[in-house]
Amino acid sequence: MAFAVERTIPVPAEEHGPSGLLKWITSTDHKVIGKSYAITSFVFFLLAGLMAMLMRTQLASPDNTIVTQHLYNELFTMHGSLMLYLFAGPFAFGGLANFIVPLQIGAPDMAFPRLNALSYWLYASGGIIMISGFLTTGGAADFGWVSYAPLSSSINTPGAGPDMWIVAIALTGFSAIFTGVNICATVFYLRAPGLTMFRLPIFTWNMLVTAILILIAFPVLTSAMVMLWCDRHIGSHIFTATGGGVPVLWQNLFWFFGHPEVYILALPYFGIVTDVLAVFSRKPVFGYRGMVFATMSIAALSTSVWAHHMFTTGTVLLPFFSIMSYLIAVPTGIKFFNWIGTMWRGSLKFDTPMLFAVGFLVVFLFGGVTGIILASPPLDFAVHDTYFVVAHFHEVLFGTVVFGGFAGIYYWYPKFTGRMMREGLGKVSFWFMLVGFFVTFMPQYWLGLHGMPRRVADYSPLSGWTLFNRVSTLGAYLLFISVAIMMVNFLVSWLKPVPAGDNPWDGHTLEWATSSPPPHHNFYWIPPIRSERPLWDHNHPDCRTIDTHPPGEQRVPAAVGAEADLRPGHGTGTGHESGEGEEP
Amino acid sequence: MLLFVGAFFAAVCGIYWYLSNETSGTMMLLGTCLLGALPGGYYYWWSRRMRPRPEDDPEAAPADGAGVVGAFPGSSIWPFVLGISAASIGLSLVFGLWSAVFGFVLATAAVIGVIRESRRGGLV
Repeated sequence: MAFAVERTIPVPAEEHGPSGLLKWITSTDHKVIGKSYAITSFVFFLLAGLMAMLMRTQLASPDNTIVTQHLYNELFTMHGSLMLYLFAGPFAFGGLANFIVPLQIGAPDMAFPRLNALSYWLYASGGIIMISGFLTTGGAADFGWVSYAPLSSSINTPGAGPDMWIVAIALTGFSAIFTGVNICATVFYLRAPGLTMFRLPIFTWNMLVTAILILIAFPVLTSAMVMLWCDRHIGSHIFTATGGGVPVLWQNLFWFFGHPEVYILALPYFGIVTDVLAVFSRKPVFGYRGMVFATMSIAALSTSVWAHHMFTTGTVLLPFFSIMSYLIAVPTGIKFFNWIGTMWRGSLKFDTPMLFAVGFLVVFLFGGVTGIILASPPLDFAVHDTYFVVAHFHEVLFGTVVFGGFAGIYYWYPKFTGRMMREGLGKVSFWFMLVGFFVTFMPQYWLGLHGMPRRVADYSPLSGWTLFNRVSTLGAYLLFISVAIMMVNFLVSWLKPVPAGDNPWDGHTLEWATSSPPPHHNFYWIPPIRSERPLWDHNHPDCRTIDTHPPGEQRVPAAVGAEADLRPGHGTGTGHESGEGEEP
Repeated sequence: MLLFVGAFFAAVCGIYWYLSNETSGTMMLLGTCLLGALPGGYYYWWSRRMRPRPEDDPEAAPADGAGVVGAFPGSSIWPFVLGISAASIGLSLVFGLWSAVFGFVLATAAVIGVIRESRRGGLV
């Protein structure tokens, strides 16, 4: 059916359309597509994680022969590709954003539901094509997830596996572009009345900025893939020096995509963490506008720093890219300040999502600080292509994507399914992950500083790298246990459901105003929207959020539960304190 | 915001060109500038011609938005078919033209299907 949807639907709309497997294939409902995205990308996450375990096991001892050199090359390539192209991005802007953004803005669906379904199927088929490279005779792609130019030519890496990788990236690239268009149109045109742009939840803001970054970055990647395919098959010489081409052009094109891609991966998770910190501190986001502008400036700067990945090529303008890279630390610092300001004097509840969000702050700081080291060309020349870089980007990306992503999973799982996850298992999983994270990646800094190159399958017993590699492998097993506990948690919540209720966390934003899971076309009722916390205002009329920027009135800093503050003899001013926090 | 994208990358593009005299990066920054400026200008052009919408009014009540929001299609098999056809056409770049034939047949069917579905608007 084509539905003409109205804002106020008096009677519950019924579930339409087919059920069972056919429902998952034919649905254009953003919630079903969001779930498909989330499940598919999580499967890719598990596969890529198993590849990482295999690699760490190989590196546990010098001269190990668990996997061959060639298989090792395939493993690190596919580990990177699956994690970056098929898990981290799609899980955020395909899974969580698809499900949550329309709910947060009070919309009945995404703006283009069938385009949304198409992007999912492009993504899923692309992912399957990429992973089936392992089934071809030459094996999967083995030129690294960056596929640098001379190495990715048809002479150096022949075979169907690399070609399938190229096709898969092009397909998922289109999928990402379509999703980006869809998110932009949804946020611009389907907001609920009164939900002005500066009342959007930070998660939605970050997804909007991410969508624009996708539109900047992914077309460059997809066209670079087309050029690479032409070089491999129809004899063009765009990236081959022998035919008059320029190999380093590949690096320019790739990193023009690649660095924004890092922020395409990071910004959604920053958004999750911001929302989680605010809800579990029972306060509005501190410095809301600062947060939005910090997100925008991170996005803008990230598009002009691509060549800091290419310092050692000797062909780039070192001062320009170094200064731009340093500048990114400023908005990121603003974000950190605001995150801590959000928690400051809040009444904190340390449920699992909050633990993961606070854990994110700690681990991301480590990754961020080493990023500042790498932005300096002299230091980068020293550690380029060593394990130092591996440790840096795993701390940044694991820190954001896994800690932030798991915070999001634990936070929104009740909304996705109507069930609760178990708190005890979640907390055990968190501590395993936090300890495992540092045990895995901190030794890699030392390895890098002692000269261990990245992407090597073995090393000599004389190199002195054995101990730190062992420690790192031990940490990887701790991470494995942590994810395994999380899978048990999923299983338990599935077998013995604990109903979640509509609003288990006392949430602030509109997605908690509807039922869990939400009905077809999402809302029967929407509270009046007067601030960036409409549902909180409705549930706690005694301490409403004053909109930080009412037109024509004086600004009130977006600090603590402001109205309660202003009335004499009413509370201590740190927001809602009636203690009705529902422990699940 | 999109206008800001355009202006920011115009500035960065100019500085970069002046400092580096390097072609590929400058062209990419120029493209990014246009990517912000074109839709941003379009939105600006329209925003001056539209009535203010309730979602941009800070004092709006939920009832102000009552009425038809838009038409949302129901379940449809065609995105799936179109996705599979795109994948087959992609795979033809690897394994030869036979899968492209398959892909184009499916794509044609899917395009016809989507158009008929949109025109009819009834049960899918």
